Amino acid sequence: MRPYKYVRAQDVDGAVATLAEAPNAAFLAGGTNLVDLMKLEVMTPDMLVDVRRLTSDRVEGLDDGGLRIGAAVPNSVLAADHKIRSRYPALSQALLAGASGQLRNLATTGGNLLQHTRCVYWQDVTTPCNKREPGSGCSAIEGHNKNHAILGASEHCVATHPSDMAVAMAALDAFINVQGPEGERRIPIEELHRLPGDEPQRDTTLQHGELITSVDLPPVEFFSNSKYRKVRERASYAFALVSVAAALDIEDGIVGDVRIALGGVAHKPWRATKAEEALRGEPASEANFRAAADIELEDAQPLRDNAFKVPLARNVITRTLLDLSEEGR
Amino acid sequence: MSTTTRTTGGAIGASLDRIDGPRKVTGTAPYAYEHRVDNPLYLFPLRSEIVRGQVTGIDASAAEALPGVVVVVTHENAPQLADTGDRELAILQSGEVAFRNQYVGAVLAETFEAARHAAGLVEVSYAEEPHEAELREDGDLYTPEQLNAGFPTDTEEGDVEEAFSSAAVTLDGRYTTPMEHNNPMEPHTTVAVWKAGDLTLYESTQGAHPVQRTVAKIFGIDRNRARVVAPYVGGGFGSKGLPHANTILAALAAQMVEGRPVKFAVTRQQMFTGVGYRTPTIQKIRLGADSEGRLTAVTHDVIEQTSKIKEFAEQTAAVTRSMYATDNRRTTHRLAALDVPVPSWMRAPGEAPGMFALESAMDEMAEKCGLDPIEFRIRNEPEIDAETGLPYSSRNLVACLREGAERFGWRDRTPAPRSHQEGRWLVGNGVASATYPVFRLPGSRATIRYEGDDKYAVEFGAADVGTGAWTALTQISADAIGVGVDNIELRIGDTAFPFASVAGGSSGITAWGSAIFEAARVFRERHGDNPSEGDEVQARTPNNPETENYAMHAFGAFFVEARVDVDTCEVRVPRMTGVFAAGKIINAKTARSQFMGGMTMGLSMALHEESLVDGRFGHVINQDFAEYHIPTNADIGEMDISWIDEDDPYVNPMGSKGIGEIGIVGSAAAVANAVYNATGIRVRDLPITPDKLIQ
Amino acid sequence: MKLRLMVNGESRETEVREGESLLYVLRERLGLFGSKNACEQGECGSCSVYLDGELVCACLVLAGQAEGSEVVTVEGLSEGERLHPVQEAFLEAGAVQCGFCTPGLIVAAHDLLSRNSEPTEAEVREALAGNLCRCTGYEKILTAVQMAAETTP
Repeated sequence: MRPYKYVRAQDVDGAVATLAEAPNAAFLAGGTNLVDLMKLEVMTPDMLVDVRRLTSDRVEGLDDGGLRIGAAVPNSVLAADHKIRSRYPALSQALLAGASGQLRNLATTGGNLLQHTRCVYWQDVTTPCNKREPGSGCSAIEGHNKNHAILGASEHCVATHPSDMAVAMAALDAFINVQGPEGERRIPIEELHRLPGDEPQRDTTLQHGELITSVDLPPVEFFSNSKYRKVRERASYAFALVSVAAALDIEDGIVGDVRIALGGVAHKPWRATKAEEALRGEPASEANFRAAADIELEDAQPLRDNAFKVPLARNVITRTLLDLSEEGR
Repeated sequence: MSTTTRTTGGAIGASLDRIDGPRKVTGTAPYAYEHRVDNPLYLFPLRSEIVRGQVTGIDASAAEALPGVVVVVTHENAPQLADTGDRELAILQSGEVAFRNQYVGAVLAETFEAARHAAGLVEVSYAEEPHEAELREDGDLYTPEQLNAGFPTDTEEGDVEEAFSSAAVTLDGRYTTPMEHNNPMEPHTTVAVWKAGDLTLYESTQGAHPVQRTVAKIFGIDRNRARVVAPYVGGGFGSKGLPHANTILAALAAQMVEGRPVKFAVTRQQMFTGVGYRTPTIQKIRLGADSEGRLTAVTHDVIEQTSKIKEFAEQTAAVTRSMYATDNRRTTHRLAALDVPVPSWMRAPGEAPGMFALESAMDEMAEKCGLDPIEFRIRNEPEIDAETGLPYSSRNLVACLREGAERFGWRDRTPAPRSHQEGRWLVGNGVASATYPVFRLPGSRATIRYEGDDKYAVEFGAADVGTGAWTALTQISADAIGVGVDNIELRIGDTAFPFASVAGGSSGITAWGSAIFEAARVFRERHGDNPSEGDEVQARTPNNPETENYAMHAFGAFFVEARVDVDTCEVRVPRMTGVFAAGKIINAKTARSQFMGGMTMGLSMALHEESLVDGRFGHVINQDFAEYHIPTNADIGEMDISWIDEDDPYVNPMGSKGIGEIGIVGSAAAVANAVYNATGIRVRDLPITPDKLIQ
Repeated sequence: MKLRLMVNGESRETEVREGESLLYVLRERLGLFGSKNACEQGECGSCSVYLDGELVCACLVLAGQAEGSEVVTVEGLSEGERLHPVQEAFLEAGAVQCGFCTPGLIVAAHDLLSRNSEPTEAEVREALAGNLCRCTGYEKILTAVQMAAETTP
């Protein structure tokens, strides 16, 4: 591991100010991803500003009836929170589907959102990777790409976002509160992560020095009828082949409203807006769910090894919505 | 004088708790890295970033300037090895690179992180040559002279082509198994120290003496000047059966810092190069049968890989030579020599991949013949071992199949594929046979010494890699000497004790146990029942003349329930049954674990394990436990393990057959056969992942 | 830099270099080899310890992050010669083979039982999914945890 300066800031302002002046510094929260990547020298910050104890580690009610999750809330605590479990079950399920108990205890809400891809070429400094070294080429496009993107990829990068939590938050219309050198801002989660385009080195729209301080969940009643389904090659402790977070509002057999987000298919949690649009006002039926999934997946561009993700995503979207329509009745 | 009453045995067969258990559950058992040494240095290796070619330059100046860095070892400054005949082990003797991630140097530093940091600062330049690192069926293939463990490369009996042309039913199947890595939980580890020409290695190995002999030869020292210590070993599954380059690298580097111990544990990622692996295989099986479902012809043709720098030829089709009866049979092995690390032993080399193919083919053929797969196997049960022409010392495959069917509830199976669904799960059952030969490695010697106070020391260098040898050998010693287990002081895992063969080929108990029995016999002959303190004898594993008269194999049968999610094609295995006929079971508790661990690794082989080589770069790219899957606790369901009481008077004095490997032999096929029964989809290419099932 | 920790109830102080993990400090600086290094990437659980009461992978905790923390390792579970009931259960059930995953599993099982004194089979299997074992096939680990659940007060 490259040497770095370890700094414990006193507060968020101090942490942001410290980082703003250090172009190669990074925030350190739980460390479950960053520390590993530093060992591999995939990431080589020269300064770590420890923020684990700086932001709130609580889940609190908001005036509008929503919830605010402090960025330092550990994944295990968030998953167990009774308000989350009852009002946003997809989020709790997503958290519990991720990693292991040991890692969930360390990992934070803010850090989880900023997880880096598991693309094996990105994690291997001896192979070309545009995300790690812009312009060096993408090894995955012509390589082993079973775990890579089918939606929204570019000729520069086909990596996927690995988070489960972020997929659930994408379906649940979360807002990300950020503090940076320029002050505070509030970002819809849809705008936090980005597609690779021709800048695959940028995972998110955050600027250097911006720190996630909390996440807000809106007070949407039917989010209590939400679910996270993760498909993985072993029963636990594995990244998703494909995952789906969905929330469904049904009245008299008709889809009133719906949210669908996919994991494991794109460079960001993929909000399936086309499928949502197709379903609103339509009867909640298997055929309609399947047709909506197909509409969303029309744009899929599978690679050599991942064409299976298209039928898999279609099946999981369909099944998850069916489960919700049965449970929501 | 001893006044102990000699007992009449009874330790063998008891469910004794692990003797090494208390040290392991408290974290105080010293594994290789954990022996307390003074003033150690930490090694981090430099590995080639090309597949094939030459190192043309090394700039270590930035690394050497780092505080804490003691030396950067490369081929430019490394000591010369006395013997460079083994090109896997003759590292840093030239700038030649023969495969990706081969060692081209090492950094020694005062701390591990300093060494790792410095390693990243060393600039190595290369002249690259074209390479081939992926096994291809249409690549250049050659015929090896013989296979691992001395098996012949090819065999042919009868007239297979004639038999196929007249067969009532035929099957032509192509099966593949991927590259797999042993990945014991303890990485390969060496702590090496040279003092006045003597080398001490604290080593994570399956065989202290084999390592001692290898390093003595390579470094050109007398055997008695190299000591290898390995009391606790965190698994091996074959990869620690032979010393690999990591051991030589540590010892070589330690030569440059005489007197200071050098600690080197390869990282998990580095475990995917250079410490052995299971070759990928491409297997073609043809079966012909008459209208009664009796096999008339069997061929098994295998393509697999080896390294250009050293041959390893896995005996993949050897098992087909004796498993079932037929008059016409052919087996062949062809190798592709590639620019890759040397393949090696991984739990049941040969049998594990070979029986995946054969037992999958048997399942397919049973269906074609309209027979239940158990009945089909029973109809093709041989009377003698076709490979040697000898009768079996004991062969209870049929009993295992019948017993297993009963325990598992086979009769409730619906034979038609995809005919049983529960909720969103497609449910299927599968069966497969298991077998493993009784290997008897020569040369082990055991010392028995009476130490007074009713205590007998039993000493030899054997390694317990987690199998339970500490415990089983204590039980064997107790019965051999005729005392209780509390009267035995077992000392193993050190070349300071007499020679012991490798813990490999499920041969340990046969080899070492036979030596103990022989030593006990000689001890009583010389010293009687009332020895004096200090009386001792040493004896060697005797030859077993019965090996001329009998073929010796263990057998077993697996039954698997597979569930496949109809939407996602995720495969789960809620229950497995294994029934074994493996001679006398020395310790029921540790034996059960061995069987179960083998079956779990078979499940892992079926559903998870696959090392993906990117041919452009030449190395395994899914090189960690997040990407190279082995089962978690949540992947395992009910495991029903039992065994047939088998009284085999011919195998060895204990009546035992090896049990370390048979659990993995055939279990992957049982899973594949169950998945077929559940889904109607025959997956012939392991592992069985959702992408191969989804439609 | 200097690092101060409470380890198994004892105050310890040691020099560390940046980049060293809590696991490295425990093993190489403090000589507590019970916690194992099997992947150093948080992917196997062999280094499971308590950090301020939470079960974590010590390999992913930078030493600096642990400053002033309380750490309990497998060595801290037994009292002298007296094994903790979880350790006893692992022995008796035969849940130990090569032993390299065992210390991490014992700490993880200890943590599970402290949160859930009567876990179901599914709960045990999922809770311990972060602790890979290559030898046993897990069955006896499950048995050991169930046995320990009965004997743990």
